[in-house]
Amino acid sequence: MNPAVLIASIYVFALAAFLGYQVISRVPPLLHTPLMSATNAISGISLIGSLVLAGAAHYPLFAHILGFVAVTTATINVVGGFGITDRMLKMFNKRNEPPKAVVK
Amino acid sequence: MNLSTYFMEATYLIASILFVFALKGMSHPETARRGMFLAEGGMFAAIIGTLVGTHIVTWVWIIAGLSVGSIIGAWMAVSVPMTAMPQRTALSHAFGALAAALVGVGEFLVHANDMPGVMRGALGFEVMLGALTTTGSLIAAGKLQGVIHGKPIQFKGQNVVNLVIFLAMATCFVIFCGHPQAAIVFYSMLSLAFVFGVMLVIPIGSADMPVVMSLLNSYAGLAAAATGFVLGNNVLIIAGTLDGFSGFILSVLMCKAMNRSITNVLFGGFGSVVAEATTDTGGVMREITLDDAAMQLAFASRVIFVPGYGLATAQAQHAVRELAELLEARGVTVKYAIHPVAGRMPGHMNVLLAEANVSYSSLYEMEQINPEFPSTDVAVVIGANDVVNPDARDNPKSLIAGMPILEVDRAKSVIVLKRGQGRGFSGLENPLFYKPCTAMLYGDAKSSLSHLAQAVQHV
Repeated sequence: MNPAVLIASIYVFALAAFLGYQVISRVPPLLHTPLMSATNAISGISLIGSLVLAGAAHYPLFAHILGFVAVTTATINVVGGFGITDRMLKMFNKRNEPPKAVVK
Repeated sequence: MNLSTYFMEATYLIASILFVFALKGMSHPETARRGMFLAEGGMFAAIIGTLVGTHIVTWVWIIAGLSVGSIIGAWMAVSVPMTAMPQRTALSHAFGALAAALVGVGEFLVHANDMPGVMRGALGFEVMLGALTTTGSLIAAGKLQGVIHGKPIQFKGQNVVNLVIFLAMATCFVIFCGHPQAAIVFYSMLSLAFVFGVMLVIPIGSADMPVVMSLLNSYAGLAAAATGFVLGNNVLIIAGTLDGFSGFILSVLMCKAMNRSITNVLFGGFGSVVAEATTDTGGVMREITLDDAAMQLAFASRVIFVPGYGLATAQAQHAVRELAELLEARGVTVKYAIHPVAGRMPGHMNVLLAEANVSYSSLYEMEQINPEFPSTDVAVVIGANDVVNPDARDNPKSLIAGMPILEVDRAKSVIVLKRGQGRGFSGLENPLFYKPCTAMLYGDAKSSLSHLAQAVQHV
């Protein structure tokens, strides 16, 4: 890694941190659980690193096997995380008319 | 750079932008779901981009991993009950962190000899954070699930042992940065990180889990960001950093909600101290019958429900919503007061109530609802204890002094639904129960609530 790339990476990191702070401090406590499971699913992006490890050319078999495990766990994270976040968010309704108690 | 590489980089850029939009959508329940679709799209684009842009030769492992992971992930997504959300999230942190750590080990296997010092530093961070988050989250999940005892596990000199492990790990890290070929140092660092993760979480009690969950969330994100540094991959840095900061912000909020510092949560071992009974109030707890309680509720004009974790353990979310609907049908204004640490993870109680079809517009945060208690006729405390303990506000000697509470005791009258006369999670005496305006309704929360609902119907 040459210094220019490193410095660019640090810029990206710092700006992402700033952006993250701005965006996330606006999330209401109401949605903190979905937020955590969503960011968790998003950090499953390490899947793309795992994909390379599992399938790239000139890698030893052991690296492929590590890659396989990493792909599996990262995929669990992505699929499970997004799936469950959606399931939670679906439940946050405004008053769904008409409540049964009133009908009675 | 050839065309496919450009394509890959483009998908990464798109993914990064979509992730930020997704989190921005989270600022309101109505936009949150659409935001998540964007994030899913971003993730999909990044995966396709990677498969196109890198020289993949062996597809077997990739397809196997993707399918096994999708099946397990999808199964978890549909089958996990909302009460088990904290465990699932902890487990998920473990999986994400393990993936980051394994990618790090893979990079070490393949590129150890041609890595410059800075990159080895990033690799070290990635592997250490990944490994300690993996075991730490597994322990946290075990505690939340009840597989491991929720009580803090402590022994003499624990902090010294932890410090030694930490220093050994740090030493390995420094040596590794200087001597890339030293495989034994690298693997020692990895194993020490695994052990350190366990040691970090075992002394922490279940009541402090919201903080630990948020911290582990943060570590898992930072591990992914470190992976980005190692691979020189910006989308990993961005996504990882967003996750890392989200976890960090949440842990700060959780600590504030308990008026404790992060160091105190991590090394204090709260909950193991069996506190002295606070100044013996000397009063007696007044018991109330179901019918009286129902009468009080039915003729109130403003009622606030204060749910605690006891509500979730009793599975009484639906029962409370049914009671609330009956009251609303009678013209009573019903609100719910949610303390930030009411569940086992940030925002957990909101999800549990939303699942029971409680409209989110009647869920109120602590700061919003506290000024409303004095004008409230009846506050109903269900399975909550420490978060409504007035000692936190009034008694500077109390163990939880300074912790922000829901000021239930300012309501005109209070009904406390409680399993028995025992103390709460922290073992503290709660003067609220002895106040003249407080009435106790003993029994299982779920059956008490449904009996109350029946009684209200007959008023």
